[in-house]
Formats: sequence, C-alpha cells, structure tokens
Amino acid sequence: MENLIALLVAAPLLGAAVLLCGGRRLDKAGHWLGTLFAAASFGIGVALFADMLGRGADDRTVHQRLFSWIPVEGFQADVAFQLDQLSMTFVLLITGVGTLIHIYSIGYMEHDERRRRFFGYLNLFLAAMLLLVLADNYLLLYVGWEGVGLASYLLIGFWQHKPSAATAAKKAFLVNRVGDMGLSIAIMIMFTTFGTFAFGPVFGAVDGTSEGTLTAIALMLLLAACGKSAQVPLQSWLGDAMEGPTPVSALIHAATMVTAGVYLITRSGAVFDAAPDAQTAVVVVGAVTLLFGAIVGCAKDDIKKALAGSTMSQIGYMILAAGLGPIGYVFAIMHLVTHGFFKAGLFLGAGSVMHGMNDEVDMRKYGGLRKYMPITFVTFGLGYLAIIGFPGLSGFWSKDKIIEAAFAKGGTEGWILGGVALLGAAITAFYMTRVMLLTFFGEKRWQPAPDADAVPSAEPAAEHRAGQLPHPHESPKTMTLPMIVLAFGSVFAGGLFSINEAFVKWLEPVTSFEHGNPPLGAGAITASTVVVLLIGVGLAYVQYGRKPVPVVAPRGSWLTRAARRDLLQDDFNHVVLVRGGEHLTRSLVYVDHSLVDGVVNGTAASVGGLSGRLRKLQNGYARSYAVSMFGGTAILIAATLLMRAV
Amino acid sequence: MSFPLLTVTAAVPAAGAILTAAVPAARRGAAKWLALLVSLATLALAVLIAVRFEPGGARYQFTESHAWISDFGVRYELGVDGIGVALIALTALLMPFIILAGWHDADPLETKSQRWRPTQGFFALILAVEAMVIISFEATDVFLFYVFFEAMLIPMYFLIGGFGDRATSSRSAAAGGGTDENAAAQRSYAAVKFLLYNLAGGLIMLAAVIGLYVVAGNFSLQEITAARAAGTLDMATSTERLLFLGFFFAFAVKAPLWPLHTWLPNAMGEATAPVAVLITAVVDKVGTFAMLRFCLGLFPEASKWATPVILVLALVSIVYGALLAVGQRDIKRLVAYASISHFGFIIMGIFAMTSQGQSGATLYMVNHGISTAALMLVAGFLISRRGSRLIADYGGVQKVAPVLAGTFLIGGLATLSLPGLAPFVSEFLVLVGTFTRYPVVGVIATFGIVLAALYTLVLYQRTMTGPVKEEVRAMPDLRLRELLVVTPLIALLIGLGLYPKPLTEIVNPAVKHTMSDVKRTDPKPEVAVEAKNGEAAK
Amino acid sequence: MNPVNYLYLAALLFTIGAAGVLIRKNAIVLFMCVELMLNACNLAFVAFSRMHGNLDGQIIAFFTMVVAAAEVVVGLAIIVSLFRTRHSASVDDASLMKL
Repeated sequence: MENLIALLVAAPLLGAAVLLCGGRRLDKAGHWLGTLFAAASFGIGVALFADMLGRGADDRTVHQRLFSWIPVEGFQADVAFQLDQLSMTFVLLITGVGTLIHIYSIGYMEHDERRRRFFGYLNLFLAAMLLLVLADNYLLLYVGWEGVGLASYLLIGFWQHKPSAATAAKKAFLVNRVGDMGLSIAIMIMFTTFGTFAFGPVFGAVDGTSEGTLTAIALMLLLAACGKSAQVPLQSWLGDAMEGPTPVSALIHAATMVTAGVYLITRSGAVFDAAPDAQTAVVVVGAVTLLFGAIVGCAKDDIKKALAGSTMSQIGYMILAAGLGPIGYVFAIMHLVTHGFFKAGLFLGAGSVMHGMNDEVDMRKYGGLRKYMPITFVTFGLGYLAIIGFPGLSGFWSKDKIIEAAFAKGGTEGWILGGVALLGAAITAFYMTRVMLLTFFGEKRWQPAPDADAVPSAEPAAEHRAGQLPHPHESPKTMTLPMIVLAFGSVFAGGLFSINEAFVKWLEPVTSFEHGNPPLGAGAITASTVVVLLIGVGLAYVQYGRKPVPVVAPRGSWLTRAARRDLLQDDFNHVVLVRGGEHLTRSLVYVDHSLVDGVVNGTAASVGGLSGRLRKLQNGYARSYAVSMFGGTAILIAATLLMRAV
Repeated sequence: MSFPLLTVTAAVPAAGAILTAAVPAARRGAAKWLALLVSLATLALAVLIAVRFEPGGARYQFTESHAWISDFGVRYELGVDGIGVALIALTALLMPFIILAGWHDADPLETKSQRWRPTQGFFALILAVEAMVIISFEATDVFLFYVFFEAMLIPMYFLIGGFGDRATSSRSAAAGGGTDENAAAQRSYAAVKFLLYNLAGGLIMLAAVIGLYVVAGNFSLQEITAARAAGTLDMATSTERLLFLGFFFAFAVKAPLWPLHTWLPNAMGEATAPVAVLITAVVDKVGTFAMLRFCLGLFPEASKWATPVILVLALVSIVYGALLAVGQRDIKRLVAYASISHFGFIIMGIFAMTSQGQSGATLYMVNHGISTAALMLVAGFLISRRGSRLIADYGGVQKVAPVLAGTFLIGGLATLSLPGLAPFVSEFLVLVGTFTRYPVVGVIATFGIVLAALYTLVLYQRTMTGPVKEEVRAMPDLRLRELLVVTPLIALLIGLGLYPKPLTEIVNPAVKHTMSDVKRTDPKPEVAVEAKNGEAAK
Repeated sequence: MNPVNYLYLAALLFTIGAAGVLIRKNAIVLFMCVELMLNACNLAFVAFSRMHGNLDGQIIAFFTMVVAAAEVVVGLAIIVSLFRTRHSASVDDASLMKL
C-alpha cells in the first residue's frame, strides 16, 4: 500500500506535464483531463486513508523510499516519502479541496482562451504541495516549498498581460524567496549539526543539542513560515496576490499553500519545543499578524483583498497556536482544516459574485445581491457564520480551542495572548459582517462596467459588456456544486472533529498533545468568545446595515487610511527596499563602469599616453638620431672613466 | 599501447576545423553540416569516455604519455579524472547546440563579394575552440595545458571581434543608438579587452610555470602532486605562495572573479549569443577547472593560505554580480553579470575545501553551462527577432510567442536555481559545503538566491509580460531548428535536477583525491545521529 | 715629437667632424664630415700603433680606409638618387623614418 504514496504526487505531476507540453490539441479536453488527474490523486489519498485507519494508532506512519537523490561524500539526500496522520490530513485537504476547485474552474475559466494552461498550472501546484507535505526530509520539502512558490507565481501572474498581475506575481515570488532563504539556512545548520536533514534522525537528535543551535534552526524555519504563510513582516505579497484568478486565491492563497508555514512549524515541533525563545517569537508573530490582518481586512473595499486580510489573520491564529507547543499543535491543524473549508468557500463565493457582476471587485458597488444569487448567498453566508465562529459551526470549534490554548499559556503572557485572540475574534466578526452586508444586503449600488480600453480586463468577454449595467445571475452548476460541498464542510467539519476529541486522538501520535489549563475555565472563555462575536457583528450592523453605504469610500480616520494601504508596509518596502535597491544597483553599475573598469582602462590609456610621448623622439631626422648617439656614447665613456676613477 | 581515446577526442574537432575552413566558398551550406557532424562525432567520443570511465578505478584514466620537448622535460601527457570527464562531456554536449543555434549567424551579407567566406571561418573557429578546450581538460602536463590554455584565446578573439549581432548593429542605428561603425568599434573594443585581460593573466602564469619547472624539475602534474603529497618535494613557503598566485591570477581572469571580471560583460554583450555561450559555458570553465586541478593539486598549502581572501572575493562576486545584473538594460549583459555571480559560487565551492563544496562546484560548472546555454540561446533567438538587445524594447512577448516565453522562463528559473532543476543541486551543495566550514560566508552567499530571483523575474516581467508592444506584435514563435536546440537542454536541466546520480558518481572519487591532496577532511557533525534504517545501507 | 700631440689633433678633427654632422644639413657636407671623423680615427690608430710599437693599429687604419671608400660609393649613390627625386640635398627633407 505504501508504494502508492509516490503516485499521489505523480498523478498531478503527469497531468501538468501532459497539459503544458500537449499543445493546442488538448485545448478542448484539457480542463477535464486536469480535473481527472486531481481526482485520481484524491482517490489514491482516500484509499491510503482507509488503509491507515485499518492500522493501530502507533503503526500508522509509512515510508516509501524511491531513490537516492544527491549522493555525495558525507551528504545523503533521498527522494523518500513519509505518510503519517499529519501528512494524511493535508493530503486529503489538498486533493479534496483541490479537486473541487478544479471543477469550479471549469465554469469560471470557461471564456479564457488559455484554460488548458491554467489547469496545467493547477496540477503542477497540487504536485508540489503534495511533495511538500509528503517529504521525509527537509531538502525534499524544500523542493515542494519552492515548487508551490513557482506555481503560485505562474497562477498569480496568469493574466500576465495586466502589468499589475505580473508585478504581483514577481513580488510574491521574491518575498517568498526571502523566506526560502530562511529554510535553506535552517537546512544548512541542520546538516552542520547533525550531518543529516531527514525528519527522523533530526528530531531524534534534538535532545543532545545545544539550545542556541536549536533556536537558530527554529528561527530560520519561522522566517520560512513567515514568507510562505504571509505573516508579519513578510506578509505584503498576499494582498497583491489577489490579482490571480479567484479559484487560485481560493486554493493557493486561502486553503492550502499559505498554510504550509503552519505545517512546517507543526512538523518541526520537536525542534520548537526544545527552543522556548523561538517559540516566543512564533507566538509574537502569530499574535501580531492576527491583529494586522484583521485591521487590514476591515478597511479594504475590494472583496478579495478583504478576504486576503482575513486569511492572514486566520493563519495568524494557527501560527499562534503552533507556537504554544503541544497544547496548540493539534488545534492549529484543526483550524487549518476548517479554515480550508470555509475560506475556500468564501473565495469561491466571491468569485461567483464577481462572475455575475462584470468582474467588479469593489464591494461598494455591490449590494442587494441575495435575491439574484441565492445559492451563492446561502453558501457564502454559511462560510461567513463559520469564520466568525458562530456556535456550532466549524470555525467555532477550532477557534475557541485556540483561544483557550492561548489563555492556557499561563501567566501574563497567557492573558495578553488570550486577549489578543479575543480581540481578533471581535474584529473578525466586524469585518466579515461588513463584507456580508455590503455584498448581499442593502440597496443596489451597481455601476456600469468600465470602458474596456481604459482598464485591461481579466476576461476577453469583458469587452462586450463595456458601459452596461451588470445583470447579476447565479453561476453555472460546475461552480455552485463545489461551493455547496465546501459549505457542508464549513458547517459540519468542526463539529465532527470534536466528537469525542476525534481529531486530537488522530493527530496526537505525531504532534503530541497536552491538555492546557486555562485560568478562566473553558465555559467562561467560550462565553466571552460569543460575547465579543456579538459585539463585532453589532458594530458592523450599526455602521453598514442601518445607514446607506456611499459608493465612493469616505476618507476615513487615519487608521482606516493606513489600513487601506496595508498599514503602510508597502510604502516602507517601496521607499527602503525598492528605491534603495534601485539606487544601489544604479550606483554599482556606475562604479563598475567607471571605477573597476576605469582602473583597467586607465592603465591602458596611460600606457598609450606614455608611448605617444616616446614616439615623439623618433622624429625621422637623421641628425637628431646622431645627437642621441653621440650623447649616449659620451655618457657611456664618461661613466666608464668615472668608474675607473672610483 | 591502447587506443588513444583522449587524443582522438581532441583531434576530431581539430581536423574538423581544418576541413571546415577548406570548404569552397560556394558550398557554405556544406560547411555548416560538416561542423555539425564533427561536433556530433566528438559528442559520441565524449560519451564513450564517460561510459568507459570507471569511477572506482585509477585516479587518471585513459592516460597517454609521449616525449615532446625532452630538453625541458615537457611531455605530451593526457589523462582524465571524474572532473575532467564531466567537463569534456559538457563541452562536447554543448557544441552541437551552439552550432545549431548559430546556423545563420555567419551567413554572408549580400553586399559582400562572394569570395568572402565568413561561414566557413565561423564554424571552423568554433571547432578549433572545442579542440583546444578539450585538450586543456585532458592535459596532465602543466606546460601542455598552458599552451592550449593560451592558444584558445586566438580563435575566441576572432569569434568575438569578427561576428557580432548583425541585427543589433542595424537596429541600434535605426534607434538612434549609433552607427554600424560604432557597433563594430564596440565589438573590436570587447575583443581586444578579452584578449588583453587573458594574455596578461597568461603571461603571469607563464612566469609561474617556468618557476615551477625550476623548483620541481619537470612539468608532470601527477608526479609533482604525488611528490607534494608524499612530502618529497619541498617548496619554500614564499615560493609556493608566489607560484600559486601566478597560476591563480590567470585562472581568476578566465573564470572570472571580481575584480577581474569587466571583460566578460563586454565580450558577452558584443558577441553573438552562441559565441557568448561558448565563452561563459565552455571557455570560462577551463579557469575554474584549472583552479580545482592545478591550484589545489600543486600548491595545497598556499591554497589554504589564500582561502580567506579568495572566499571574500567570491562572495563579492556573488553579490556584486547579482546586483549589477539587476541594474542592466541589455539582456546579454544581464546574463553576463549573472554568470559572474554564478562563478563566485563555483569558486566558493572549490575553496571551501569540503567534499560537498567541491562536488557541488564541479556539478555547478556542468549545470551552469547547460542553464546559461538554455537562457542565452533563447535570448539570442529573441534578439534576432526584434533586432535589439535592450530590455525596454520588449514587452508582452508571452502573448505573441508563448513557447519562446515558456522556454525563456525555464532557462531563467534554472538560473535562479529552482529546486527540481539541475542548478539547484549544485548550488545547494556549494552552500552547504561552505556553511559547514565557514557559516558566515555561507549565510551571506545565501542572499545571492534572493537576488538571483530578482534579476531573473525582472527580466522576464519586462520582456515577456504586460501589454504587447507594437514592434513585437508580428514576432514568430520558435522554429523547428530553435526547438531542437532548446528542448534537449531543458530536458537535461530537468533530468539532472531530479536524478544527478550518474554525474555525482563520476565526480565523487575525483573529489576524494583532491581532498586528500590538500589534506583536508570534512567537518564532523556536532551531534552524533544514529543511522536510520535504509540510510545505513550507503 | 711627442705622439700624444697626434692624439690631440685626432680628437680635434673628430670633434670638428662630429659637430659638422650635427649642425650641417647638406648631405655632401655631412658626408665630408663623416669622412673627417673616420680619418681622425685613422690618425689615432696610427698614433697608437707608433706608441705601442705594434702594427695592429696600422692594419685597422687600412681596413677603415677600405670601408670608408665603400661607404663613399654607396653613400654618394644614395645622395645622388635622393637629389634626383627630391631636387634637394638637405637631409631634413628625407625624414621618412618617423611614423
């Protein structure tokens, strides 16, 4: 059975190869082929899952070693897979949600002439993501890690005739590379310290290793996680990444790839547990990001960017939980899975709305859509209830546990973290209610579609709609079906996981688990979660539900203005990194030309100048040659005589 | 006396060069086919060497030895170790692609008289370079190596100075950038600069070669290395250092290492794309190869003495080359500066003196050759379509010529060492190998991977994405001949990225020998790890 | 008579000849000055031969005379042909040896 693991990765990889190399012949069938490969991978995943359930809790980890990848003296890197409960969870999430989004894309990308290529990239992403979670050593994980970065680059920039999309793609890749640098340094430290970077040996050797080394490894892993999971300070790319087609935002930038950082930290739990300082750093990053993302989410008028802020914030929760150690790992993963359902659902809903509204993304130009798109409204609404943590729905179960674990950290730290988590929950309720009200309630604020020439639109079809008012309509079945399935997940997954602590028991053998003891008691925390939730919803209703919403955004307070600009981080990046970098490279080009090359050219020029002077002595006059001859002879004779005299 | 495989491998392209040059003017088409056939035959011989080479056997295999100038103890001695085999294979492999890519680069202009024979000359010179490079990789006699190390400058000089981008010159005239004479002047400037830099390096090396003879009494690499290792040949510390510097200077010019690099952007910018590939992917490798074989083998102590300075220079090369690549406006110069950055990695790997670093450096030479060839040749196809080297003259090519853009992207991704492609393996080995001994150097070098992403993606974004520019609207996609060039290179990049084992198996024993030459062992891991089942096997 | 006086005379003649070569432009005069220098040398050789009591100096003087005669032949031929082509016997007009 374990020989099937490689097939999990191979199926979508083959799909990508076939679709990308197949050429125009496959244009007609490419999307079905791509979906088929994704579904095949899901099927294998389910089979492996059934097989795993058939074995005892301690006997569930299986390995498959394919071949020795880089055999060099003293260096052993294998292409080998490890499938345990943690990877299994991810495999099912990735292939399951992945297949649904493939189906959704069939409808969403119907009018795009490059649909085949889109599915090829999606398959490539699935393969890389599966490689990431299945690798049994850090170097192979790194391959998947950069592979998803590449797929994300290709997909964000899919509409690359739009300069904004191309720039966003480049930015995402670059910021991720900074994180990747962290991962590669972590691997280098591991190799220097342990002589290996396979999971088993490294985690086994943690005990005998100095805390300083482990902290260094853990901090570098955290840097990597920050890049991939859009955590402060490397979060700036996620908002721009919304330039990509919406299914991409749902799959890569909500459900799977951006959660890779959480996977990395959870997987490396043994290292983090032995490095408390690094854990503190993880917790701080998580807490800061969860507020940061939430605040940004409140201010954005672009529906996808609001959701992106929310993604950042929710991943902040997961990172926070993962930083808490064994009391949090399980809940981080649980929130990751439930988040995968409801956030993917929300994004697909947003895509469905855009599909019906001429690709308009500004929520201020929506309004009153619940009558026109009933299925989208209901599924989006269920996702909304799940994300704000409405009691009984998925998000409630997972988020509540994280808040509990945060309080259970103990001491002042616990109170601060718990407080931040609660505050985050309130803000989440506020901004998600805002999204809901602006989009589906209130009066219509629809605007005619912009002139096609003025704004290069995503879809070629947009050219025909220029100047018309949108005619919102429900999306085709290929799009609504995945939304319905995901809505089911948003409603029930959390509850199912919590029956009898099923999820905890499932993951415990891999991640280890401790019950936290919050100072307040679980009931009190749950109650306060519900209270802050109601406050958030209430505030949003007062501001956006009772008053008419202006189509043009008001100027807003300084905080709103800053949040609209991603709390000025982009401006900082622009001034310090982009401008500074430009000046640096420009001055280096100058230095290279005038200084380094100048020295060489200067030497050449001075030799030339000197020979020019010397040439003047050869004037061609026989008499002047004779003078020099006489002069030379005279000097020689004089010198000889002098020498003799001395 | 067994079959002189090494001599024949070098002699085939040499004979091919003479024959190609002798093809009558009217039949220049035949010259191209002849050159292609000769390069393919050489490739077959190189494959034969690689297949028959026994990784577990003697250090130098297929050895040949004949007296040459017996008065000075100069012998015609050939032999290859794993590193030599890898690089000969690389050279022989790239040649058919270079010839195929340059198929029309030397077609005579209609205005010139029919007696002018540029085509024959172009391909003959390329084959001549191939022959000399191969013999440099084979020579185990220092003097023999020196002769060909220098001699290859002559055909390279004519290739750079004589054959520029024709389209470029006319385009730049139209764009107000200058005239044909201006382009020709820049080209001859680049060629002379190339020649002077390398001659200066070679001259200093000649002094060191003579010095070595005075000290050692012969030129045989194997004898001297063995004597050095056994301690029977003593050199005064200062003598060894001076001789080392003499050799190293020549190789550092060729490689090129900062601050001796400025000839490369000029040469690569002005030469046609295939010739630029010839410079950076093939000829420059002789420099790094010679560092590994001659500097470390002949002067182990001095090499260790110079390591800190060389590592710093290599670091500067990595970061400086990458930053300058970001600032370039010219596609080919950008690739040239990227190469300078990559050569920094290679030299760093060599002088880190760990098994991983040196295996990585050797793999890096091969992988960099392939990846730069892929990127540069596609860039050449692009440039020949639009007739401009300026990045700003392009935009939106992806929409018009998706295959060209796709292959260009893959070449770029290889340049930024994306995992899964061959250069990643070597770059990571170099980084790890450096880090185990010099952590700070390793960490700083890692910044290079971020900068590599920057220059590659900026290049791709500005040329391939965005709205389609009016001038590129009619640009045709890759033709069959061009696909024949690019596809095998990309396949190799992917293949060697996923399964580099055939290459590492050949290289590993040679690295072990070099490590014992310099009497260095790898740093031991700080924490002992019990071997995992399955891993203990090897 | 003290042979040293001959040497003084030879030095004087040589100096006159050398000054003439350096100062005059006319090729014929220049040529005569060269001859003057050669003969000054001959005088010195002969004087030395007398002083040291062996014949080597006198033999060399004969050599010099022969060479000088040959030189006159070649030199006059050059001057004549130069004069024919350039209508001038000034040496400064024939400064073709510079770049």
